[in-house]
Amino acid sequence: MTTTALPPLTKKDFQTDQEVRWCPGCGDYAILSAVQSVFPELGVPRENFVVVSGIGCSSRFPYYMNTYGFHSIHGRAPAVASGIKIAHPELEVWVATGDGDALAIGGNHTIHMLRRNVGVKVLLFNNRIYGLTKGQYSPTSEFHKVTKSTPYGSPDRPFNPVSLAIGAEATFVARSVDIFQAHLKETLKAAAAHRGSAFVEILQNCNIFNDGAWIGLTEKDARSEHVIQLEHNKPLIFGKNRDKGIRRRADGDIEVVQLGNGISESDLVVHDAHHSRPSYAFLLSHMEGRPGFPTPIGVLRSWDDLPRYEDVINEQVQEIIQKKGAGDLGKLLRAGDTWEVK
Amino acid sequence: MSTVTEVPTGKTKRAVIDQAVIRFAGDSGDGMQVTGSQFTNTVALYGNDIATFPDYPAEIRAPAGTVPGVSGFQLNFSSGEVHTPGDSVDVLIAMNPAALKVNVGDLKPNGILIVNADSFKETDLRKAHLTTNPLEDHSLDKFRVFPVELQRLTRASLEHLGLDAKAMDRCKNFFALGMCYWLYNRSMEPTVRWIDDKFKKKPLLVEANKLALKAGYSFCEATEVFQISYEIPPAQLSPGLYRNLSGNQALALGFVTAATKAGVKLFLGSYPITPASDILHELSHYKDFGVLTFQAEDEIAAITSSIGASYAGALGITTTSGPGMALKTEALGLAVMTELPLVICDIQRGGPSTGLPTKTEQADLLQALFGRNSEAPIPVLAAATPADCFWVAVEACRIALKYMVPVIILSDGYLANGAEPWRVPNVDEIPRIPVHFAKNPEGFLPYKRNPETLARPWAIPGTPGLEHRIGGLEKQDVTGNVNYEPLNHENMVRIRAAKIDAIVQDVPNVMPSGDPEGDLLIVSWGSTFGSITQAVHGQREKGRKIGHLHLRYLNPLPANVGDILKRYKRVLVPELNMGQLLWVLRAKYLVNAVGLNKIQGRPFKQVELDQKIEEMLGL
Repeated sequence: MTTTALPPLTKKDFQTDQEVRWCPGCGDYAILSAVQSVFPELGVPRENFVVVSGIGCSSRFPYYMNTYGFHSIHGRAPAVASGIKIAHPELEVWVATGDGDALAIGGNHTIHMLRRNVGVKVLLFNNRIYGLTKGQYSPTSEFHKVTKSTPYGSPDRPFNPVSLAIGAEATFVARSVDIFQAHLKETLKAAAAHRGSAFVEILQNCNIFNDGAWIGLTEKDARSEHVIQLEHNKPLIFGKNRDKGIRRRADGDIEVVQLGNGISESDLVVHDAHHSRPSYAFLLSHMEGRPGFPTPIGVLRSWDDLPRYEDVINEQVQEIIQKKGAGDLGKLLRAGDTWEVK
Repeated sequence: MSTVTEVPTGKTKRAVIDQAVIRFAGDSGDGMQVTGSQFTNTVALYGNDIATFPDYPAEIRAPAGTVPGVSGFQLNFSSGEVHTPGDSVDVLIAMNPAALKVNVGDLKPNGILIVNADSFKETDLRKAHLTTNPLEDHSLDKFRVFPVELQRLTRASLEHLGLDAKAMDRCKNFFALGMCYWLYNRSMEPTVRWIDDKFKKKPLLVEANKLALKAGYSFCEATEVFQISYEIPPAQLSPGLYRNLSGNQALALGFVTAATKAGVKLFLGSYPITPASDILHELSHYKDFGVLTFQAEDEIAAITSSIGASYAGALGITTTSGPGMALKTEALGLAVMTELPLVICDIQRGGPSTGLPTKTEQADLLQALFGRNSEAPIPVLAAATPADCFWVAVEACRIALKYMVPVIILSDGYLANGAEPWRVPNVDEIPRIPVHFAKNPEGFLPYKRNPETLARPWAIPGTPGLEHRIGGLEKQDVTGNVNYEPLNHENMVRIRAAKIDAIVQDVPNVMPSGDPEGDLLIVSWGSTFGSITQAVHGQREKGRKIGHLHLRYLNPLPANVGDILKRYKRVLVPELNMGQLLWVLRAKYLVNAVGLNKIQGRPFKQVELDQKIEEMLGL
């Protein structure tokens, strides 16, 4: 028997004929482009991709991906995706969601899908604002932020999405930035390689309602001073001159240190993304709110030893079938105490 | 107890009767539901027709001995046809004063009252808010009262086993059950088998429960406490193999049957809620049929995961009760919009809000018909009896798969927990449900419809060349692309409505039972079927010209309903709500129908129906 190798997929294969309707200059374009270039490289037939979304600007994503797509209702994408995965585990299911969709109205589904370790990849587009409803604050907006619905400043304290995901014991948690294309693609590939739940927060600009959402991290000068790029097995170093690092303190906490004066790289924390416990990753995820600490990007946690939820469910079915044999409908209907009327 | 033939057997007499109603009542911790189920199973196996009514509090264990903690189980069993659990009871077993207080009003004059005499101390009376002891104040004089020291006698029969007092006391319900078996001349064998199985890992409890059961039986034999025992011969059911089935069990079996007949995977997404949870429990056992059960984080995830599963090629179903139904509302609209097969079971309970979780009501009909934003029609079916739930489940799945639509099943607490004998169908009698997955990319468009059913193709992920996007935004017809044009929207709204209307081609015309025309037509739906059937039967025996139309399909309604309504002088619609079907019939057919409405968390009594019927007949 001969098999004809199909031509390899390209970025073009994942583009649809639908007119993209995001505002010009929106960070979503960069994310779409990154996803469209990563998908052909994953070795997955196009028909096996399903992109699921909720409601919001980011949730228009499926219409622009030439795959199977389901634009569901506000907040429910993780639940729809879970149903798809349980019914059909071999599909490659990605969720596109936003800070409001995943963390406000759909917060419950997000944490439960992560805790179950359903093999779904979640891309959370975080622009810290409600875009589609035109400018209200979101669960990731800064404390005191002035928006349409908070003219005197937001009284809410924000969620840190990666902390939340790690708190739900997600087995893969990463962060990237819309305009860091190379980094974003590498992060997406790492997420794709993970079998269990993968959660990727993508810091994204909304140039209409929250322009400069992440300017403190994305401006050329700020980048190296305020961002630390995590790499497995490498020491935690940052700074324009790579002269700052993260060191463990005796009390278990971490601190920022200046290299030199007797402090060398060997004193720094070496990043272990594969740690089986989530506490280390959680500590890293909490750096950014602290004075002097950088914001981490890259893979915070990647621990793939937990079975996928859909496999557990389907294996249980197979085990019972092996043990009891495939169900016999006639027998099932006649089960229990019966009597004959002549 | 109409035909009494007394047969002397030793010193006690045995009477052959055709029907009896028995009620077990006690604390929710007294095991009344188990006792009642055991008695039911035994008489059903013997061949009686039965109807049961379990009635229990929402609290797992309300304070012992108090009125809110009273749990009851009523059984009507007969050598003839049974339609209801019965209005009043021939035999009442009351385990404490609170149970007596709550239930004695339903005991027939001269009825048998068995009470646990050990639980009528002053503290027990106080817990039930009784100022005098009913066993002494002559309030029970019109009954045949049998105070039995259930606690002392049970302990005495178990004392050699070395169990503590609490464990021994837990067996006293089986002592009472043993007495009832003697009273109705029934074999203890089915219950002995059940005990063996239930406690197989605890041999001491097997021993204790069997001893208590037999001690109750022997107590009656030895003391001749009742002087008389009864015999109810088997009923003349149509030939076949029977089993005893509750409404929730029947739904579960129906879903497995439909999925098997359709050759698709069954996926249940559900969140526990009374009185629907048993469907989840049942289906979680059927893994050998490939059934996938997902206990979701909430009601919304329960339905949206089911929609996801249907999108991926399984038959998605979700089960709930009224409050959960309210939460699923938005997702129901999504299922309407995406035109995917889905079955939603609403096991109705008293409402609104949390309402009466363990009590029955029929007040979700309008919610099922209309409870969504915008124009979102959904087919609605309602089950009439516990066993009918099986066929309604199969039919709902068939419609969902054939027309690519969500379908709502309405059942209620009364059907869910009530049981009746079910003639087990031969698997070959049940027709196959054809399912077609789109495979051919040539000319494929996600909203290109089957001209006959208006169903769109079911194109599941993993099929090469059929990649497409669906969602909650308005679609362009045929292409399925997002479209906001005014005329397209109107067209799509009308198509979605026409698709539901088209189902009427599959809905059989209905025929009223009783008189095909006459003075009064009673129209009903759901679980009132039994009590209305019985009332109509009784009224027609008195020569009254009455017809009874019971509706299984509530949307779309059968095509001939309007014609039937015209054949009678008056129309009565009895419902356990404020008049919801009544509202629909009046609106749709401009008929001057009248309602009989009861909203007490309980089914109709015969006397309530009779009164209204006679009033409408001008009697």
